Amino acid sequence: MVTVSTRQTFSIELDNLRVKVLNLGALVADMLSNSVTALAQRDEAKIDAVLVSEMLADDLDREVEQECMRLLVLQQPLSADLRAIVGALRMATELERIGDYSKDIAKVALRLRDEEFFKPLNDIPRMASLAGEMLRTALRAFADHAPELAATIPSKDKVLDVVWHGLRTELAAFMRKDPGIVNQALEFLLVARYLERVGDHIVNIAERVYYVETGDALPSVKTAA
Amino acid sequence: MCGKLETRDLNLYYGKAHALKGINASISACEITALIGPSGCGKSTYLRCFNRMNDLIDNVRIEGQVSLDGGDIYAKSTDVVHLRKRVGMVFQKPNPFPLSIYDNIAYGPRLHGTRNVSAIEDIVEKSLRGAALWDEVKDKLRKSAFELSGGQQQRLCIARVMAVEPEVVLLDEPCSALDPTATFRIEELLLEMKCKYTIVIVTHNMYQASRVSDKTGFFLMGELIEFGPTASIFEKPQDERTDDYIRGRFG
Repeated sequence: MVTVSTRQTFSIELDNLRVKVLNLGALVADMLSNSVTALAQRDEAKIDAVLVSEMLADDLDREVEQECMRLLVLQQPLSADLRAIVGALRMATELERIGDYSKDIAKVALRLRDEEFFKPLNDIPRMASLAGEMLRTALRAFADHAPELAATIPSKDKVLDVVWHGLRTELAAFMRKDPGIVNQALEFLLVARYLERVGDHIVNIAERVYYVETGDALPSVKTAA
Repeated sequence: MCGKLETRDLNLYYGKAHALKGINASISACEITALIGPSGCGKSTYLRCFNRMNDLIDNVRIEGQVSLDGGDIYAKSTDVVHLRKRVGMVFQKPNPFPLSIYDNIAYGPRLHGTRNVSAIEDIVEKSLRGAALWDEVKDKLRKSAFELSGGQQQRLCIARVMAVEPEVVLLDEPCSALDPTATFRIEELLLEMKCKYTIVIVTHNMYQASRVSDKTGFFLMGELIEFGPTASIFEKPQDERTDDYIRGRFG
């Protein structure tokens, strides 16, 4: 059978949509990394950068949403095309949410910028590094049409959860021992919680990537259900 | 297999042209089954096998089995007139008889022996109500069917089929000559009808197939490439050729 693409323009538009989502992903990955660096190094320039980027992320999310709506209405996609558009819509929302958490972390950095920390920051940068790696993997899986790569992400999130639970226990112990550090410890607890939630959003992105490429739910998700 | 309609190893030839190639399928009762595919793929030919409309075409040769409730449609003993009462058909272009609205509906029951006037009146009203046309035509039943709009004429044709109480209704692109409003009315009607009838519809409009059908079959060059639940076919087809077709990747 001779295969002739009769919807070349639509294919190009789908590729452009994919690029928009990846751009949003790259922006959000930088925001995540910068927000924790800003906290650890009390870097005000990075705090500002994150706060400005958050507005850009919102704009990009809206652009993706508008483009998805336009393609849904005008092209009436089916099968893999439909999955690609619905997937892009969902992924953009998840990425935007990660951007919001990055902004929240930057705000914590702003509040703590003049304080001495009662303990060195180890686990929070570690969580940020794990989450950053998960996000880059999810974006690579999306860019390379690689569902098998997306499928590796839920297990990485479990590692993030372990660090979060450990840090929560440790911070609770610090607070019991020295009520004077409670305010700062609560800020750290918030940041750790944000990073744990970021992990959950990245798992959602991985699920979307897997669904877009295969039409199925991620195997681990299926088992859990 | 235990469908209302079934075909097994069905091959059909127009002279030397092999139009249907080994079709195996089971069509369930009280469901809408849509047949899709590019022009000339065999979907209408397949539809016409179920009430032996292909018999009317010269040089047609059929091999394999086509059955209705397990009974062989092509058995020598099959009464074709009775078969077409059980398996009604609606065509692409509305084709009312050059008679009044009333007589269009009464024609079939009279042909099959109903003579009682009040029984026929009941059938006319019931059929027109069933086709969602009664309220629009009840005051002009004696007017020519040609005075109706295209969409009304097509619903009249559906009412005419319903008047002989078929078990199966075949529709060959019934909305291709209708505007969107008339199309939606027919689609609503089909959804209402499916609790009583087995409906098979050939359509070029994939969105119509996705809106109304429970199962969808994709034909290509005389082969039934894929047959399954409509949502699965349109969300995640199993065969690459189905995927290419519904995404408009060839044609």
